[in-house]
Amino acid sequence: MTRDAAHAPADAGFSRRSFLKASGAMIVTFASAGVLDRAGGVFAQGFNGTGSPQLDSWIAIAADGTVTACTGKCELGQGLYTAQLQLVAEELCVPFDRVRLIQCDTALTPDQGTTSGQQSHPVNFNRTNLALAAATAREALVRLASARLGVAVADLEAIGGAVRVKASPPRSVSYGELIGGRRFELQLDPKAARRHPREWTVLGTSVPRVDMRAMVTGQFEFVHNVRVPGMLHGRVVRPPSPGATLVNADESSVRNMPGFVKLVVRNNFVGVVAEKPWQAIQIAEKLRVAWAPGPRLSPQRDAYQDIRKAPSTDTLLVDSGDVDRTLASAATVLRATYHHPYQMHGSIGTSCAVADVQGDKATLWSATQSVYPTRNTTAAILGIPPANVRVIFTRGAGCYGINGADTVTYDAAVLSQAVGKPVRVQLSRKDEMAWENFGNLFVIDQRAGLDANGTIVAWDYEAWSAAKGGRPGYNTPGNVVTGTLLGFNPAPFNPRTPAPPPSSPLNNNLNTAPSYITGRAGGAQNGAGLVRSERVLTHRVRSPFFTGPLRAPERLQNTFAHECFMDEIAAHVRADPVEYRLRHLNHARLSGAIRAAARAAGWETRPSPTPASSAAGVVSGRGIACVCYEGDNGYVAMVAEVDVDRETGRVHVTRLVVAQDCGPISNPDGMRNQIEGGALQGMSRAFGEMVTWDEEKVTSIDWRTYRSLPVGFAVPRIETVLIDQPDEPACGTGECSITVVAAAIGNAIFDAAGVRIREVPFTPERVKAALTSRT
Amino acid sequence: MASITLTVNGRSRTVDVDPATPLLFVLSDDLELRGPKFGCGLGQCGSCTVLSNGQAIRSCITPVGSVGTAAITTLEGLGTPENPHPIQQAFIDEQAAQCGFCLSGVILTAKAFLDRNPRATDAEIQQALSGVLCRCFANVRMLEAIRRYAEQGVRA
Repeated sequence: MTRDAAHAPADAGFSRRSFLKASGAMIVTFASAGVLDRAGGVFAQGFNGTGSPQLDSWIAIAADGTVTACTGKCELGQGLYTAQLQLVAEELCVPFDRVRLIQCDTALTPDQGTTSGQQSHPVNFNRTNLALAAATAREALVRLASARLGVAVADLEAIGGAVRVKASPPRSVSYGELIGGRRFELQLDPKAARRHPREWTVLGTSVPRVDMRAMVTGQFEFVHNVRVPGMLHGRVVRPPSPGATLVNADESSVRNMPGFVKLVVRNNFVGVVAEKPWQAIQIAEKLRVAWAPGPRLSPQRDAYQDIRKAPSTDTLLVDSGDVDRTLASAATVLRATYHHPYQMHGSIGTSCAVADVQGDKATLWSATQSVYPTRNTTAAILGIPPANVRVIFTRGAGCYGINGADTVTYDAAVLSQAVGKPVRVQLSRKDEMAWENFGNLFVIDQRAGLDANGTIVAWDYEAWSAAKGGRPGYNTPGNVVTGTLLGFNPAPFNPRTPAPPPSSPLNNNLNTAPSYITGRAGGAQNGAGLVRSERVLTHRVRSPFFTGPLRAPERLQNTFAHECFMDEIAAHVRADPVEYRLRHLNHARLSGAIRAAARAAGWETRPSPTPASSAAGVVSGRGIACVCYEGDNGYVAMVAEVDVDRETGRVHVTRLVVAQDCGPISNPDGMRNQIEGGALQGMSRAFGEMVTWDEEKVTSIDWRTYRSLPVGFAVPRIETVLIDQPDEPACGTGECSITVVAAAIGNAIFDAAGVRIREVPFTPERVKAALTSRT
Repeated sequence: MASITLTVNGRSRTVDVDPATPLLFVLSDDLELRGPKFGCGLGQCGSCTVLSNGQAIRSCITPVGSVGTAAITTLEGLGTPENPHPIQQAFIDEQAAQCGFCLSGVILTAKAFLDRNPRATDAEIQQALSGVLCRCFANVRMLEAIRRYAEQGVRA
């Protein structure tokens, strides 16, 4: 990579001004050349998240050879912007610094639905969408060169933004000369050949993040920094508790305050608009609002019991039909129950959006992960056609799933519509935390039957989880708080008991099934393991709180239960946890990740707990956990090493070794960054994070009441083993490591101290209580 | 409302605001600076951190009327993309961020601490950052970048 590439324009595509300039320039370029008419939106695409079949929707090449690519998958802090630049440069054979990328703007980019972390890489880096567009374009350029030069395609090669004659490299023609400023007028070609990872020169290398320089020097424009002329500032006033309804909001209580512009009331939505942000905050605090209370919340201490009794939607993912029989005849039956609390995304920056609604047209600057769905749902809220709404993705703080980005976009839109001027809204810390879509609470019962040799012969999983709402998608604004306050309903809850027979084949997208079963459903076998007597049954109940995807959604909770339980079984039969896992697996890549992690960690083969686990003072141990993420979207194993202080119950994680296989590696340093961040975020979730509530309301509303590990905590040594698989499809990477952290640490605690912690978070009190009850 | 003159990133700036307004809002709205961010408004996370005469303060809980003649430095006042401050360069070299929203807290808290304690141990650096949050948990790289900067400072 050239120095210029490393320093690729720090603000290109990042500052709103330069962004508008850049995209404006592109429109001009396209329009003047008749390449694209984007005034009416991105043409020739289905508005259903599937992108566009038209090459010109993805790639444009200007006369000077500059490549502009459009993507519907956005940078969330995970490095995808840089990785997509690498992808286009690699596949098109152009220098990295000649590629520009426009991400997620409903006026400019294809509809690729939602950028949900782990699923973006497979979508854009394999044989569809952006990768296929770039490959199609390269082949088209070679064909154009063939005609131009009168040389057979087979005798030409694309390199450095030009096509040259292999036997006579000086004979070449640049992309700008071949297509500059004109449309390709081609469909994506499913047969277009991707460059093989073994040929890669840009992909597969650790290209530094192009946004890093602007971020560390405070120049980067987040959505929080968007300022448009005439912009006012809004503040929402949320109800005091879930289900509370508005009785009255008294404008006279604030009408004379400095900067007051308007009180906006719509159904149960209340907000104020002021000239300046501090004024809006003051006004919102002073506003007299009367609310009728919502239903009392069931106490938190009963949540894990209540969920078992609630009406539920039941689903059987796997049922071999013989589980009860096998368990009845098994030499040993083991059982355990695992509990996982609601947790939150807890973005470091509260969510923010800017809306400019003028008549029946709207422009939104939003950190939503879903520009097209947000366009449609916001249009529904505003009562205007979706085609009249432009959503421009502008980065927010890391979201890790659906934080308040969508809901605050609705807030800003409603307030802007009410005043007819641009309005910026940034949520308060409390409003962010009390009303976001939490990660689901889970209760998981596990049962396993063992034969006389200690081999697992039956696995029976039954889980209860709580949910309400989620991503709004294209038509359910009620899935987040603002939509509900405005009168839209969350997605309906339809109890269904008993569950119908499993559908085939098993979809283990949520890692509901453990890795150790065959996963037979219908005639198909889609599991990673060998246990043939198997049942996987889930009960979904209605949550009093909004829930939604939180990094490794449900996969993390399920994997905590699966991998801890596997460890319990191994310990019961005095087997080494690594060896015992491998014995029950039928999956080369997962087994490969386990072996790689164990090797790198210097794993000592022996059963858990360690013989020294009864010693006084501080005891040490190691544990392992693994998963086929989403069944087939990344393979990871982690070894955790911990010290446990038997006096205090404090756990100190000293080392994490992570081996991860996500197919061909796009950017090794970016992958490491994701593995490390996921590992530590997983520690924060394992040790401290838990949503709390009383009988009225959520009480975890700031960083004192919702505990996140700080930058300065005793960070363990983290070692990553990247398993490159150049001949496999690309998987995601961002959600693998976090999925196995709680289990790996829980297993290490057991190894060290002989106590099993089956409930997250692993607070010192909980660990100490377990230690006390054992002795 | 009152006319208040501040020294921000070496420039004198006069604003007409309620003196109770937190400094953060003046910096990010009236002066349109992008470095300091609203994270919590409670002084709990560090995203709003600026330097006041070299000391790291939380601008979200600092009334602008209390700033007086103190020299305020924001993240963009340290260095530029073309010419970053050594601690910023260390973060670039280590690729020590993911979303980047927390960086004012991490970089400015570390800088202020190391400028006063150039021979700080790793444990002391960690202690200094025990009130700063990064929710992407880029901690490993951040601590490495800070260590790198500290070593440069000691050598220099």
